Parts: sequence; structure tokens; C-alpha cells
Amino acid sequence: MIAPEIAAQGPPLHPAAPTDRVFTGHPVKLPIFEGPLDLLLFLIERDELDIFDIPIERITNQYLDYLAGLESLNIEVAGEFLVTAAQLLEIKSRMLLPQEERPETEGDEEVGDPRAELVARLIEYRRYKLVAEELRARAEVQRLVFSRGALTNGNGNGNGNGEHAYLMLNDVSTFDLWAAFQAVLSRVKEPPTGDMPRPRFTVAQKMAAIASRLRWEQGGIQFVGLFLEAATRLEIIVTFLALLELIRLRRARVAQAGLFGEIRIYPLAETRDRSLPGVTTHLSGATEAE
Amino acid sequence: MSELGPEADVTTEAADQRPEDQRRTNLCALEAVLFMAAEPLSLEDLAGILEADPAEAQALIAHLAADYEGRGIQVQQVAGGYQVSTRPEYGHFVARLHEPERFRLSRAALETLAIVAYKQPVTRPEVEAIRGVNSDSPLDTLVQYELVYEAGRKDAPGRPLLYRTTDNFLGKFGLNSIADLPRLDTIPADEAEARAAAESLAPAREPDAGDEPTSPEPQERSG
Repeated sequence: MIAPEIAAQGPPLHPAAPTDRVFTGHPVKLPIFEGPLDLLLFLIERDELDIFDIPIERITNQYLDYLAGLESLNIEVAGEFLVTAAQLLEIKSRMLLPQEERPETEGDEEVGDPRAELVARLIEYRRYKLVAEELRARAEVQRLVFSRGALTNGNGNGNGNGEHAYLMLNDVSTFDLWAAFQAVLSRVKEPPTGDMPRPRFTVAQKMAAIASRLRWEQGGIQFVGLFLEAATRLEIIVTFLALLELIRLRRARVAQAGLFGEIRIYPLAETRDRSLPGVTTHLSGATEAE
Repeated sequence: MSELGPEADVTTEAADQRPEDQRRTNLCALEAVLFMAAEPLSLEDLAGILEADPAEAQALIAHLAADYEGRGIQVQQVAGGYQVSTRPEYGHFVARLHEPERFRLSRAALETLAIVAYKQPVTRPEVEAIRGVNSDSPLDTLVQYELVYEAGRKDAPGRPLLYRTTDNFLGKFGLNSIADLPRLDTIPADEAEARAAAESLAPAREPDAGDEPTSPEPQERSG
């Protein structure tokens, strides 16, 4: 590996580089980097190097120097830096290959330049980084702009109902179902009773009930509507399991109109003779469900 | 202000009003509506409320915005709609009345947000490819702050989630639409290019840079 002093001897690649050309070899105070690209950009910009003609040996050495200090800090983070280190070394070695003509001057349009991909990534990343800073500046201004909406909505979200109209979730995730289920559960309080005998419900019964409602009620049924008559937690749970079972068997599907919108259940064409298999039909006793 | 009775009178009398009066009435109506609106109203919404056609409504908005010049409030076009808001110059006074939200996005989150804003709909791996680092936590933060939402899944191996920016994002950053973002390719690739661009834009600036205050330049960039 080339010693930093030698690497630093390279002529200034950019003619207009008036200030701090002094490279100490070991950066003393390092800002926190968001990642390998961020670090590379820092090294390039600190020494005012030409991004289109990166002195790869020099950058690689500096980069590895930084990594050497980093390893003791955080292995997790270092992993991502190491990937880029490997890439740098690969580029470096490819640039040493004899058949590849080494671009001494402007290498930006060169097709075979092993650095091309890295340069493209660096430039792209740098643009987003700059835009991010501009966004921060905009937000700093905008947070001092007050409107009535920001007050009435409390947390200042501009998300009214209509605005999410485009956010049609045709497929409801199991998580959404779970949240809706929790909402239903919290609505029904178990009556404060001692040893009242509980009526038994089976998943099969509830499946049949839901299936028949799906057959007869036009336009699907409300998710919440399934649980309106349910008197106990157990019944709700069994009903919910029945619904999940119907979905699993592709006899029903659920759809939600927008974020936090109503969840509705729609019938799917019945597959022949697979209606009610004997699996998972009996959920007996409250103890299991609680 | 006016002694007009129920609204019905406004509309029935409208025909009798002179055009200037009619315009004045519409302007006041627009002001009243924008004053009370809880969220930005689209041109179509406003036209409907004012019983005007969109072109008319547009002209009224421009008129009101001009009236507000040099005042503490403004008509702002945000997230595809119009709203009346206070001007940022007086924000710190209003801030004594209503605590403004703190802006606490990390650099990582901001970078991620910028990438989602430009590349949407975009997957997590695509964001990570640009940033070169794992971006789970910034993306989660952005979703949590409702700046970004999960907009379905990409039809690709693994069906990765797709992310898009929300209207809340537009509002928080004072943008009317994503098209308001600067074009990425106009951002110089490096400092040298930035200097060249600055020089080509303002060749006269260089000599008298000494006595000019340096502030205009950064303001333009950030504004």
C-alpha cells in the first residue's frame, strides 16, 4: 500500500484549488458520515478533487485509513463501508491492468473507465444530498407559516379525508384486519358475570353464517357489521377466525376504501365441494380463546 | 361589513349588481372561505363553493393574492390547493401564540425523503442503492411522520413495498406538487461545476463580490 505522503504528492487536479492543500494523511476530526458514499464525497470535496477524475489510489488509501479508525467503533456500520472499500480496491486493481489505457486527463466520457460507475453513483448521491439540504431549508421556512388547517388538525397534517382518495387499498393486510379486530374487541365489554354458561360457537357455524350473508347481501358486508350481534369476546373471536378461514379458502375477500376507511367483505366464487373442511372447525371453550 | 340578509339575497341580487360590486362580493366570499378552510382547497372546490367557473375563481385568487401583498398573510398554493397562511417573516410572532412544530428529521431521513420524492414510487432496496447504506430506520421514521406512505407493492421478485410522498410532505415543505422540486440534472455534479455554473450565470458578480453582501446567493439556493 502506498504511504499517504506519496499519495498526497499527486499534483492538484483542479487548478483552482487555492486553500488548504495540506493533507495530513490522517484526518483529525471527522464529521459523522451517512455512509460510504458520504465519506467518499467528503474526501473528494475536502481536497477539491475532480469528481470525474478521482485519483483512486489516494482516495482508497484515505478511505481505508478512515475505516481503520472506524472498525473500533461500530462493526454494523463498518460492514457497509467495507463493501465500498472492496469496490474501491477492485477499481484500483482494474486501473492497474496494462491493457486498460490509464486516463491521465479528463476521463469522464471514457467508456472503459473502471471508475465510471462509482462516479455516477457519487454524483447521483451528491445531488440528493444537496436537495435534502434545500428541503430542510424549505421546511424551516414553512414551519413558520401558520394556517388554520394546521391548527384544527392538531398535529398539522394536511391529510383530510378527500386527499387520500387515491390511496385505495384493495388488499387489506392482515395487520389492518387485526387493528380493526382490536377496535371491535374494545367496543364489547364482557358482561360482569360470574358463572353464566356461555353459548358455544364453532368456526364452522360462523363460516356458514358469514357465507350465507355474503350470498344474500348485495354489495358485500361491513366488517364491523359481522360483530354487531356478538355478545361475548369468544363469539367475536370465533367469528373473526371464521372470516380468516373464509379468506384462506378464497371464498371471501376484504377491501378497504382508503386509509382508515371502512373494511368490507365480498364473496368470491365458491370452489366446488371444498366448502367446509373439517379442519380448524372446533374451537371449544373460552379457555383456549382467552 | 355588508347589510346583506340571507345568502339567497346575494345570488338573486347578483344580477342587479354592477360588475365591480359583483366582483367585490366574490372576492370577499373567497376571502371568507379561505379564512375558514381547514385544509388547502383545490381550484375546483373553490369554484364550486363560489359558484364561479374555474377561470373566474383563478382570477379571484390572483386578485386576493395581490391584495395581500405587503400584509401579514398570504394566499399560498400548497399540496395542489390554496390556503391563507401567515407569512414566514412574521412567523416568530405567531410562534408566541402557537408553538410551531419542531423540525427534527435527521440527515439520513432527509436524504431518504429526497430520494423518495424524486424516485417515487420507489422500493427500499432502490433507496439503499442510491444512499449506499441500510435505510430501514429513516424510511420507518418518514412513514411514522406521514411524510411517506406505503403505496402498494412492486411487481418484482419479493414483491417489495413501494413508497410515495404524502400530501403532508408537500404541505410541510411548502410545495404545491412534486413538480415544484428542482430538476435533479440542474444540480451541478461537483463544486467545480457549481462554480462554473455560477460564473456563467452572473459574470458581472465576480469583480464586485467584495462589496456585495454574500447573502443573496445562498438565499436563492435555499428559497
